[in-house]
Amino acid sequence: MRDAVIALALVWVAASGTAVVLTRDPLHQAFVAGFFGLCLASLYLAMQAADVALSQLVVGAVALPFVILLSLAKVRKPE
Amino acid sequence: MTDRTRLRVFLVAAAGLAVALGVGLAGLPRFGSPASTYADVINALAVPLRRSTDAVSAVTLDFRGIDTLFEEFILFAAVAGVSILLRPLSDEIGEMPEDQAPDRRVPPPSPAVGLLGTILAPLLVVAGLETVTHGQVSPGGGFQGGVVLASALFVVYLATSYSRAERFQPGGLLEASDGAGAGGYVIVGVVGLLAGAAFLSNTVSLGQPGNLISGGTIPILNAVVAVEVAGGFVLLAKEFLDQTAVIRQDRGGRRS
Amino acid sequence: MTVLAFAVVVWLFVVGLYGMVTSRNLIHLVVCLSVAQSATDLLLLEIGYVGHGHAPVFVDLPKHPGPTVDSIMQALSLTDVVLGAAVSALLLALSVQVHKRTGTLDPDELRTVEPNRS
Repeated sequence: MRDAVIALALVWVAASGTAVVLTRDPLHQAFVAGFFGLCLASLYLAMQAADVALSQLVVGAVALPFVILLSLAKVRKPE
Repeated sequence: MTDRTRLRVFLVAAAGLAVALGVGLAGLPRFGSPASTYADVINALAVPLRRSTDAVSAVTLDFRGIDTLFEEFILFAAVAGVSILLRPLSDEIGEMPEDQAPDRRVPPPSPAVGLLGTILAPLLVVAGLETVTHGQVSPGGGFQGGVVLASALFVVYLATSYSRAERFQPGGLLEASDGAGAGGYVIVGVVGLLAGAAFLSNTVSLGQPGNLISGGTIPILNAVVAVEVAGGFVLLAKEFLDQTAVIRQDRGGRRS
Repeated sequence: MTVLAFAVVVWLFVVGLYGMVTSRNLIHLVVCLSVAQSATDLLLLEIGYVGHGHAPVFVDLPKHPGPTVDSIMQALSLTDVVLGAAVSALLLALSVQVHKRTGTLDPDELRTVEPNRS
């Protein structure tokens, strides 16, 4: 049963990681990257790594997209 | 190099890399095979030797504490690098966002977002402190809790305006907390030396496993790491926010 | 299961590299780098995983709880996740500075360092 959960999460991680790379617009990519972080966190949780899942959750879903969005706000073209 | 040739070169190289990785990974133990002896010993000794019910915290901050010391310095160096890179340059000026158009104010965030932020920010602070202080008992610790604490300030920024969030993030204090976190880790290590043991050895009284105060230096180091991580991440956000909201090209003399 | 687990690691790493090589935007490139980097975390955790093992948290457990997953691998990747975000922020700061100096984020347009600029 747990193996099935891990296998499903692995497939999700591979798919969402590919989606992050193939999203060419950085603004959209910031959100897809947040989703990828959530998928990774749930995979880590299924693999009994609660500490790492917590770490990945806050970093991948909060800190990294926030910094990406702020960089984008700085470099966007002036209207 | 055109895009097409670059892609061809990459595909050849990536195929080689994938094969090499595949061969290398094939030599590893099967997925899910029993853990190494070292891991079994650490897992068996974390509670009796260190009274820390979370073996991961015990490994991070005690059994392999010196690794974490160096990782702390990497974090410190990365944050310092961002501060240096994003300082106001000689041809840039900092001005508050309100000054851009004196007749118009920056539109305030919607009341719904403000209410959500008011509810969420204190909850995040509590959750962060809980994660930090329970690091030696349950999953959590300074690294995770520090980022949660920092994200509380991100929420304050989202829910209010830049100038109001600015009051919560005094630059000097943040830089001091980032440095104090990195330095505090060394000081806790030196305490071990002063007690006549090795650097970073766990010389504080250990307490009972499962209690909030247990694990000797592990909760102290967790708190120190949390100060560094929270300070570092808020400082990162502040530097990027300043770039976005305050620092702009000096219109007087633009140099190329 | 072994094949799937390690194949996902290789896939994440290679797809991250592919994104970096073909990227036309430095911010996009940094995020692709973070995808490639997460492959290393995943590999460490997969090496440490034990089938039907429980998490290395010994609260409210019987005296002999059975197999436990590797706590050392978890400790290694735990700090790496947080550091990876800080290093990504450093690279993003570099990208912001590049944009300020040159007005572009496309790596292909950053040819000023090449001697035979046409």
